[in-house]
Amino acid sequence: MTNADDLTRSFENKAGYLKYSGEIVIYGGTVIDELGYRQVDVVIEDGKIKQLVEPSDLVPKSLKLDATGCWVTPGLVDLHAHLREPGFEDSECIETGSTAAALGGYTAVVAMPNTEPCVDNASVVRDIQKIAATALIEVLPAGAITKSRQGETLSPMAEMAELGVRIFTDDGAGIQDGHVMRMAMEYASGLSGGLANDNGIVLASHAEDTSLSANGQMHEGIWSSKLGIPGILTQAEDVMVYRDISLAKLTGARLHLMHISTAESVRLLALAKAEGFWVTGEVTPHHLTLTDEELKSFDPTMKVKPPLRSSDIQQSLKDALYHGIVDAVATDHAPWSKQFKECAFQDAAFGISGLETALSVMLSSFCQTEQPKNVAQSNTGRLTPQELIGLMSSKPARIAGVYPRHGGPIQKGAVANLCVIDPNFEWVVNPEEMASRSTNTPWLKKKLKGKIRHTIFQGVPVVMDMVAQR
Amino acid sequence: MTQPKHLLSIEDLGLDGIREIMRLSDSFADLANRPIPKVPALRGKVVANVFYENSTRTRLSFESAIKRLSADVMTFVVANSSVNKGESLKDTANTLLELGADALIVRHSSAGVPMQIASWVDVPVINAGDGCHEHPTQALLDCYSISKLHKKLRRKSKNSAISFNGLVVGIVGDILHSRVARSLVTALNLLGAEVVLAAPRTMLPPAFESWDVVVSNDFDSLLGKLDIVYLLRIQSERMKVVSIPSLREYTTWYGLSMKRVKMLQKDALIMHPGPMNQGVEITPEVAQLPNCIVGEQVANGVITRMAVLFRLLVP
Repeated sequence: MTNADDLTRSFENKAGYLKYSGEIVIYGGTVIDELGYRQVDVVIEDGKIKQLVEPSDLVPKSLKLDATGCWVTPGLVDLHAHLREPGFEDSECIETGSTAAALGGYTAVVAMPNTEPCVDNASVVRDIQKIAATALIEVLPAGAITKSRQGETLSPMAEMAELGVRIFTDDGAGIQDGHVMRMAMEYASGLSGGLANDNGIVLASHAEDTSLSANGQMHEGIWSSKLGIPGILTQAEDVMVYRDISLAKLTGARLHLMHISTAESVRLLALAKAEGFWVTGEVTPHHLTLTDEELKSFDPTMKVKPPLRSSDIQQSLKDALYHGIVDAVATDHAPWSKQFKECAFQDAAFGISGLETALSVMLSSFCQTEQPKNVAQSNTGRLTPQELIGLMSSKPARIAGVYPRHGGPIQKGAVANLCVIDPNFEWVVNPEEMASRSTNTPWLKKKLKGKIRHTIFQGVPVVMDMVAQR
Repeated sequence: MTQPKHLLSIEDLGLDGIREIMRLSDSFADLANRPIPKVPALRGKVVANVFYENSTRTRLSFESAIKRLSADVMTFVVANSSVNKGESLKDTANTLLELGADALIVRHSSAGVPMQIASWVDVPVINAGDGCHEHPTQALLDCYSISKLHKKLRRKSKNSAISFNGLVVGIVGDILHSRVARSLVTALNLLGAEVVLAAPRTMLPPAFESWDVVVSNDFDSLLGKLDIVYLLRIQSERMKVVSIPSLREYTTWYGLSMKRVKMLQKDALIMHPGPMNQGVEITPEVAQLPNCIVGEQVANGVITRMAVLFRLLVP
């Protein structure tokens, strides 16, 4: 039996990169990926999956990771996280955010470009890539569509794309000027190399007409009416979703709708898909599980954009999830240090942290933790484990252009980006144990079911037995 | 009954709480006529007025109530809260506690601040108006004034529990941005009154169907049914957000003129939380009528606030 503590130290070489050169066996678990469910042990060597073996085939002299009672899945992929570096390091930085991600089972995270300076040119991309090189997981910087996210002049998308940037977005408020959005789509679709290319440029839309959302602080509805808090009506999102889908149809650009929060967005997305356009959508765990009624506590933790909606709208989002209309569950991890949240509601920043809780929240609320015995059983309105992993791993990996490196089938020769999920582990979200610099999560001190036991990034166990290895 | 901790909203207070405060108010009502209008109920206590938003009337009303109860008052006024965005509310609240405050009276331009502060401190917090959310002491003084001054209610026996059954109250103006309206509607509903809102559609709150009220945009046809007409202040800065085309247009359709007063019932009372915009929501002549009880509202404000403080601070 190898001592895990000794091994930990050997992972890290002088440059700060995590390395592990021996053989690793993940034993006792159920492998769940796009191919289905299998009771096999996974043997990893040199960053790749060496072989899948029958549970009884003991592999000597290897690091053994216990997965008894657990699911062994492709590492999760988050399309939407704010890692805040450079510029807002008091709230989060690449190191803390990526460690939080590893604890949440992610092996790849798309980092939003609304940093300071903004990610709107190659040099900022290079800086982030350099800092992220030693992170516990792969950080995929997204670029801004317009310079300084001002919504006026296109940023040099080609030079950023050359460095591997695949997702461009002005997340935060979105591009208000329709002509600028059209030009961005025309330009980006020229870079996409046609729809046959799986790794084409994706424009990710934060759909918000700011003249309609104005100074809104929460969903406009019964609760905003009662609480006297300025509302954000659903139409502020709907009209922009309509505009962006229309322009995507015109230009052939790939469009990804971020943090969908309205019934009309779902309807428009479903329609565009049915018509065969390359439009995808994500929804967040908080929009799926919390409603505007939470705001009655006036707790700024619940203040987020788009706002938590009413329960009937939330039902539309759930249905979209069950029926495969949305492609991904994304965190919109938006950490804020205390001074941005421990203030008057109207002055508080928008955002909810989510990397460390996303999978647990989804498991607690939407997933059958028992493996379905047959196909009919899987059609119960809730998600099967395979469907949930698809929404959090393989589907977002395709959108981010990192499939099958991330999210791909667990098979011989594949890059070992994996996570091991204990679906029945009950835990309480403890601020002391969070890796993120910020604790603005609605689940603070709440009990959740299901937790990441191990995360393996490029063959290295970066999280072992629920502990980050750095 | 355990002693209530805070006064944050009318909904929290409930019908029993409203009635209790009205009873307590009665016991303080005669005090003003005494040569020395003070009682020693809160001697040695320190009450802090924490006003993040300008308010002269409410602050002075609370100060007067505090002084008549023989407590000391500390005043923390931050005229322009935007200057202080960086300042932690929590720090401010804790500082005032360290300075010896036994209760905090909080006004803020953001909805919810008194609730947030109440969750951090262990002294009573009184909401003196939070954003467009609630202004519970205003609703209490208004209901107390109605109970004392409307003929339908004055006739009732002193011992029966106060009820506004059968009373029709019209609230007129910018309901959307009015914390007074939110508190008052809840209080009137609890007491059994029928509430009618009259306003241009742009001044009605979203989802007003969820409120327990009748909504009308025909003020004139409403007047004959009202026992109380409650006018809200029209703030000219609201026009910047295109709520109404012009003050003149508003006055034409919703201003209370002598002509409209004549359409009211004989015993109807005219109320306003102050300060009045004479010439906009009310004409100067109407403001001078004996059934316009704005002055009584102010006087009852001190009494009601004494009752609120007494209830929270005297064990």
